[in-house]
Amino acid sequence: MTNEVPFAMGEASEIQKDLIMPVMKVSFKEKLWTRLLMVIILVATFAYIKQLTTGLGVTAMRDYSAWGIYISHFVFLVAVSLIGALVTAILKLLKIKWATPLTRISEIISVAAVLFAAITIVVDMGRPDRLLYVFIHGRIQSPIIWDVTVVNTYLIISLILLYLPLIPDIALLRDTLTGKPNWQRKLYTLLAVNWKGTAEQKKVLNRAIGIMLVLVLPVAFSIHTVTSWLFAVNMRAGWNSTIFGPYFVSGAFVVGAAAVIVAMYVYRKTQKLQDYITDYHFDMMGKLLVLTMVIYFYFNINEFLVPGYKMERLEGSELLELFMGGHAPVFWITQIAGLILPILLLVFKPMRKPLPIMLISLVVIAGSWLKRVLIVIPAQFHPQFPIQNVPKNFHYYHPTFFELAITMGIVAGVLLVITVFSRLFPIILVVETEEERHCKIDNKATGR
Amino acid sequence: MGKINDKGKGSSRRDFLKSGITFGAGAIAGAGLVSAIANAGGKENKVKVLTGDGKIAEVNASELNMISPGEVQEKNQKQGRIGLPGKKFVMVIDLSRCQNARKCMAACNAAHELQPYQHHINTLQMQDSADSAPYYMPKPCFHCDNPPCVKVCPVDATFKRQDGIVLIDNERCIGCRFCISACPYSARMFQWFEPEMTEEQKNRPYNIELNVPQKRGTVTKCLFSADRLRVGKLPYCVSSCPNGVYYFGDKNEDAVTNGTTGETVLFSELIRNNAGYTYFEDLGTKPQVYYLPPKDRRTPFKPVEDSLGEKI
Repeated sequence: MTNEVPFAMGEASEIQKDLIMPVMKVSFKEKLWTRLLMVIILVATFAYIKQLTTGLGVTAMRDYSAWGIYISHFVFLVAVSLIGALVTAILKLLKIKWATPLTRISEIISVAAVLFAAITIVVDMGRPDRLLYVFIHGRIQSPIIWDVTVVNTYLIISLILLYLPLIPDIALLRDTLTGKPNWQRKLYTLLAVNWKGTAEQKKVLNRAIGIMLVLVLPVAFSIHTVTSWLFAVNMRAGWNSTIFGPYFVSGAFVVGAAAVIVAMYVYRKTQKLQDYITDYHFDMMGKLLVLTMVIYFYFNINEFLVPGYKMERLEGSELLELFMGGHAPVFWITQIAGLILPILLLVFKPMRKPLPIMLISLVVIAGSWLKRVLIVIPAQFHPQFPIQNVPKNFHYYHPTFFELAITMGIVAGVLLVITVFSRLFPIILVVETEEERHCKIDNKATGR
Repeated sequence: MGKINDKGKGSSRRDFLKSGITFGAGAIAGAGLVSAIANAGGKENKVKVLTGDGKIAEVNASELNMISPGEVQEKNQKQGRIGLPGKKFVMVIDLSRCQNARKCMAACNAAHELQPYQHHINTLQMQDSADSAPYYMPKPCFHCDNPPCVKVCPVDATFKRQDGIVLIDNERCIGCRFCISACPYSARMFQWFEPEMTEEQKNRPYNIELNVPQKRGTVTKCLFSADRLRVGKLPYCVSSCPNGVYYFGDKNEDAVTNGTTGETVLFSELIRNNAGYTYFEDLGTKPQVYYLPPKDRRTPFKPVEDSLGEKI
């Protein structure tokens, strides 16, 4: 790619230069990172081909753990994808201005996560060749059909919400990045849909964004609520819960907020965006993360303390295994290291500085991933009748290399989509940031 | 002669019991059967065939119009989803008689071509509490009247027929395994690997009422031997039990027949007199497999190794 004289610098403002610069040149580190992701995806592809030819038997899933980490990973990705709705829609509708530079980061995380959530489900299917049957023979009474509906709707709305605020920026790229290869410039011209920034265009665009911001909210809540129902509608100890919907949604905001904080840190470092993603943003996101974690903690108390008090037959044995049995170490790690400690730490302001909060967020993400495994798997090993006359490995679930490799590949896929996106488009809203800054200056000048 | 397949007529209970030695009309659908008789005929130009009403006839070999496997499968699929009109099948398992002979499991596995670790019917070693004696409990699919598995299926691959049987269409199943999660009784299993069979076996027309050939990536479970019921026979497990554990019959006729002794009794009386029950009624699934309590067990309980090897 050409790194030299990519656009007429004189025409661009400081802000434009700062924010468009990362799109212009690709650093060696970034190339290395992309290659690494591609290698992981390649390994995952081979593992998936093996799974296609041999059967789902290459995984550790068996009849008494018919769902494994594919499903828990799907739940995790759906959870991550909710952050777009939180940062873009909720904060924007509440007119919280500081979140503006974070909207595109959260929106691309949403789009990538929900896209690969859908792919994860196809990976988990025993007969992916019959995928279209879901549409041809779909039955409305199955929660899977509800999930397919809302996941696809959410993907489309998120794509629109990513794209609409991008139009003015794409137009800017179209006009300034004259040194880019032909296909890329054609892409910008196409996607800019003849944007000229006239007052009328702005009015239409703002109205469209406003409508989508409202539309995305119910869909976002449905997507994770319905995902929780895939478990809650089953008569199984550990899933048989009426609060699974809000429990899942509140947990989703936790992992999503943590994911945005990590992405903020990475982009700030690699794209030198200190002036745009400031310590103030980390501080505010830290407070938001604490808020979501406190709410999630409240639901955890409800989810575990109430049935734990009663200790019904199967529910009791499932909980005992979580609290004191084989799953106890992971359970207490997710609860203490993944939830309680981060809340306590993030209450203190120094912990909300970029580096510490990024590290804490990584722990929160890891804890959230493991938490989904704990939601999906142990509940399956407490059926009404004893597990007998099956091979020993039917009694436990230890993920195999194949499913771990495929899961890693899906994670790499999410990261690759985000990386490629930020190579083609500015990760911070250029035009909007510019306008907001002008506003501030104007306000100062008029003494407001 | 069993007339189970004859539309609009239905069959009497006596027909149903007697028909153990005859073939029903449904068998004509099996191209394999036709060719088997053709070979047995021995004559060059004439072949014997089974007619729709169960008579054996001779026709010229050149006039014989073989039904293609595709047509056979299509017919299987169509009649398999409808079921047997006027029937409401029910099973009663007498736990006091089970001695863990496992002949039911063997017959079932052979008929449905299952691996040794797959159980459409599974004989469990049960103990209700620390103070009570253990006993054996054969557990098929309960063919619930309010089946949680059918509710959650996204593509209508598993369904409940008018005769009460819950079946799986493995030509439809997408392998999402939601039904396995939904079934509280662990009645369902998944084909994690390619079932072992020859290419020729694999190309047989699919029989939805037998779920054979089994297919990788789909779910399988007990079918109440719907293929046997269609030809007026008792299920594989029921008729292979040496200890008289199983009764099978029709709730509409209020009669069940013991698979070992051939004795037919009133279903309602059997349940009432022996304190019959279904499992986990509180779940509201309305199982159609009833149990008689394990009283007066004939043999002392001999625990057996319940694990089948290390890993599969």
